[in-house]
Amino acid sequence: MSQVVLQAHGLVKRFGGITATDHVNLSLQLGARHALIGPNGAGKTTLINLLTGVLPPTEGRIELLGQDISQLPSHERVARGLVRTFQINQLFASMTPLQTLAMVVSQRRGLGARWWQRLGQDAAVVARCEELLALFRLTEVMHQNTAALPYGKRRLLEMAIALACEPKVLLLDEPVAGVPAGEREELLQTVAALPADVSVLLIEHDMDLVFEFADRITVLVNGAVLTEGTPEVIANDPQVKAVYLGHGEELHHA
Amino acid sequence: MMDARSQLLSGAGWRWYEPLLWAAVFALPALLPGHALIVNEIAIVALFAVSLDLVLGYTGIVTLGHAAFLGFGAYCAALFAKFIHPDPLLGLAVGVAAATVLGAVCSVTILRGSDLTRLMVTQGVALLLLELANKLDWLTGGSDGLQGVMMGPLLGRFEFDLYGQTAAWYSLTVLLLLFALARRWVQSPWGATLMAVRDNPLRAAAIGISVPSRLAVVYTLAAGVAGAAGALLAQTSGFASLDVFALERSADAVLMLVIGGVGWMYGGVLGAVVFKLMHDIISGITPQYWTFWMGLFLVVLMLVGRERLSPVRWFKRGQA
Repeated sequence: MSQVVLQAHGLVKRFGGITATDHVNLSLQLGARHALIGPNGAGKTTLINLLTGVLPPTEGRIELLGQDISQLPSHERVARGLVRTFQINQLFASMTPLQTLAMVVSQRRGLGARWWQRLGQDAAVVARCEELLALFRLTEVMHQNTAALPYGKRRLLEMAIALACEPKVLLLDEPVAGVPAGEREELLQTVAALPADVSVLLIEHDMDLVFEFADRITVLVNGAVLTEGTPEVIANDPQVKAVYLGHGEELHHA
Repeated sequence: MMDARSQLLSGAGWRWYEPLLWAAVFALPALLPGHALIVNEIAIVALFAVSLDLVLGYTGIVTLGHAAFLGFGAYCAALFAKFIHPDPLLGLAVGVAAATVLGAVCSVTILRGSDLTRLMVTQGVALLLLELANKLDWLTGGSDGLQGVMMGPLLGRFEFDLYGQTAAWYSLTVLLLLFALARRWVQSPWGATLMAVRDNPLRAAAIGISVPSRLAVVYTLAAGVAGAAGALLAQTSGFASLDVFALERSADAVLMLVIGGVGWMYGGVLGAVVFKLMHDIISGITPQYWTFWMGLFLVVLMLVGRERLSPVRWFKRGQA
């Protein structure tokens, strides 16, 4: 049985005269591997910002697990299980990966207001951190300063932080963007190994990753949904081909 | 390699030399009774700097008006002693409570805006209070200061003496207790979320931390600690004057943190010791031009780097 976990109804975002998001409807199924693609400037990141509450929508409604979350601030959407990663790493520079994850896991488990305990005192939190470090191949670097990590490791930490929030819906904003070839495979494997019960919306430029990973694809052009379907349907869609292979290529480099 | 848990806990807790250090400091008023007054002064400004470190060092709230809470605590404690009850501990509680309430009210002003906005707003609040204390002279004594504050004996037994020994021990005790409390705060999961807010507020919100509530709570708590420093100041000097609200007070505390290092609990204490001793020694030699040497010291400190100048830099590593 399919169940919708995240739904956008007629989302519109205007910045002055520019319509960055144009009546977007989007449904994410439970356990989905849903990709959102589109040329540069198609409004993918704006859509993510609307979904996560960084930007207020001009019009429209967002539902998470059947509840309207359109008016909730970002941190409350996270508490309900809607978590994102960032296209440009957003890490905590002064902390080590271990400290970062210990902080995030504590916060997620409602210990974030505990001022009388020490960070690391709770054995269950530490055990969860060790799991995450192993899953994201960060165990060897867990004591190093985040700012000094190689780019690929920082990218992994970016995703580990999001998974530490125990998401029901995970929005991955270009997880492999800018990762050098040598570190890419590690990252792709961790994306593929994300827990099956986490529904994923993947925003990505990398078509290999999209077609390998996604079971459903939505194509966004000029802020509006051009089409949506299975990878086979999208791969053979003439409109999509036109956007990506025809004049779309110019847009891509614009 | 250390396992995750012991690594997380390794920065926390007291090291073996810390109790010795504090014991030595507590012995100072007895060993050098002639210097008890300066020990008292240093303990008070150290407490104020620790309070500032909570907001500036750990949470990244830029402020040049922290003296608002120091001054409010000072005046409230002094007024309480003069008109209601001379007991020092009651007065201390009143000073802390008053500054905490003021901190909670003022925390609304620092939730929004950039560093520059906060710099101006915090300074504005301190100026407002300064002028209020100046204008309400029927209550505060105006520019003459609030005089005739007579303190009762501490715990009903220890009179404040002229040499300032009781005062020094009283201030050191309050400093130690609040220092230990503040240290526990910053080493807790809650403290880690403060640093997350400081490092990256965007991501902090994206992992479910309510950034405004963290800012408001830490600002309020730090205001209470600053209020304690203010109460100690008024009680041990028997006097409260307008300069407790002055911009210089706030700026000096920032300088102390810069000297001792921000985001490190001993930074405020160390900075206060260095700053006050330099002030005392240099102004003893050249009373009019001591700020010249202070300025020179700051420039050298910033350009050469604290790490390279510090003789105990290896002790600092890994501590909170």
